[in-house]
Amino acid sequence: MIVNVPKPMEELKELLSDYQGVYILGCGGCPIGCESGGRARLEDLKAELIKSGKKVSGIQMIDFLCNKALVGAQLRCRIPALKNSNAVLVVSCGVGVQATAAMIDLPSLPANNTLNSQGMQGLWPSVERCDGCGDCLLHLTGGICPITRCAKSLLNGQCGGTQDGKCEVETQRDCAWHLIYEKLKALGKLDNLKKLPKLRDYRNWEVSDQERKNTRWALEEEQLYRAPKSAGRQ
Amino acid sequence: MSKLKQALEAGNFAVTGELGPPKGVEIGPMMEEAEKFLKGRVLGVNVTDNPSSVMRIGSLGICARLVQAGFEPIYQIPCRDRNRLAIQSDILSGYVLGIRNILALTGDHPSLGDHPGAKCVFDLDSVSLLHTISTLKNGKDLSGADLVGSPKDIFAGATVTPGADPVEPQLLKMEKKVEAGAEFFQTQAIYDPDKFEKFMKTASRFKTPVLAGIVIVKGPAMAKYMNEKVPGVFVPDSIIKPLSEAGKEDRPKLAIDLMAKLMKDLKPMCQGFHIMAMGWAKYVPDLMQKAGVA
Repeated sequence: MIVNVPKPMEELKELLSDYQGVYILGCGGCPIGCESGGRARLEDLKAELIKSGKKVSGIQMIDFLCNKALVGAQLRCRIPALKNSNAVLVVSCGVGVQATAAMIDLPSLPANNTLNSQGMQGLWPSVERCDGCGDCLLHLTGGICPITRCAKSLLNGQCGGTQDGKCEVETQRDCAWHLIYEKLKALGKLDNLKKLPKLRDYRNWEVSDQERKNTRWALEEEQLYRAPKSAGRQ
Repeated sequence: MSKLKQALEAGNFAVTGELGPPKGVEIGPMMEEAEKFLKGRVLGVNVTDNPSSVMRIGSLGICARLVQAGFEPIYQIPCRDRNRLAIQSDILSGYVLGIRNILALTGDHPSLGDHPGAKCVFDLDSVSLLHTISTLKNGKDLSGADLVGSPKDIFAGATVTPGADPVEPQLLKMEKKVEAGAEFFQTQAIYDPDKFEKFMKTASRFKTPVLAGIVIVKGPAMAKYMNEKVPGVFVPDSIIKPLSEAGKEDRPKLAIDLMAKLMKDLKPMCQGFHIMAMGWAKYVPDLMQKAGVA
């Protein structure tokens, strides 16, 4: 389970402020278990957005946004509606937001924050990774995560080590900030670079025991059926 | 008060130098080099801090020794090794030791250095470090708590790579650095005056002094290395060819002449030079003389 929680509605309105036509895409995997997604939340979001003057160009659930083949096949059927959209609001973990950004050329904006689960990537096979930083910034970075894709997890743009669009750590590795720059330039959103927070709050990255109980964090550990004692091992 | 700041604010052309501390505590030769070749010639002396992620005696200690010896150091702070508590604390420590100039850097990744298995920190980066310095100068720390005495006379600098391709991300970051509190820039090594002039046309709108980076090309092997390995640095054939054709013993003089010519071309475009001698400090006085900035 990749545990993710809804971003506050105020923040969602702020990050959608530049976009009129919004396509809402939900993941039918972990967000269902976490109660941060699913059909009901998508309908709620749709109603809220329409109330605030947005046009909702489509609403879609895909079973697992981390399943590349599934995402590709299902989004392909909805291209006409996507063409009428200015942005996609993705109700999933950070992997799903990045997966969407990697597959469709529209701004992909996170509806949720992903909590740290120390490395779980779902079924997504590609370079897009989510570190569960707890304060998703993908709406500002063209759907490319600087926390996982930059070797230094920098928040304020490329370092002096980038050369020919590659990272100083490995010459074959793309510089995350070069990719972000190119993507934002293509989207006409270079101004986003000024909106990034200067400092990261690492408290969002630490998940408290309380949160682990409140969310469906430990679902895998729950024993849904316990055999009667009399039927114990022989 | 920083003399570097005074000079740049008065519109005077400023030259800074650089020292690379040794791996160990034997700092005699380095201090001697500073006394002989830099003292009285440059306004400020940068002191690198674990450059290229290679462990050496730190910048803070050497800067303090330079203050004692009558120099004005420029304390280089990378974000690779220390979190925001340590960095704020070190800035305050430096201040009471008389250090007034700071150069804020992101820093190289540890995997490039001699302790490749080290944990990298990067809690801050160059921009957030400049923001941190501004916050301290205003009498607060990053948590918003009041300081008992603020390091208000710090003169904060940053770096930029004018030769980067594309250069626009560099300019975007330069703007963020200025907004975060950068008061001067020292650039990566420059060899192409035309490209630098174009860069300065845009960069001048930030109204922040730029000290052009000067690295003496000692020979063709060094040029080849820089062209292949140093991001945003390109040594042209007009420098490589004469150095390749010259005999080994003639190279230092030729190298200095080539650099002096370059510096004369660059001088009208910038507010100062930052000379990184890389072991060739003994040629700095001659270079400055020939470039007309002695």
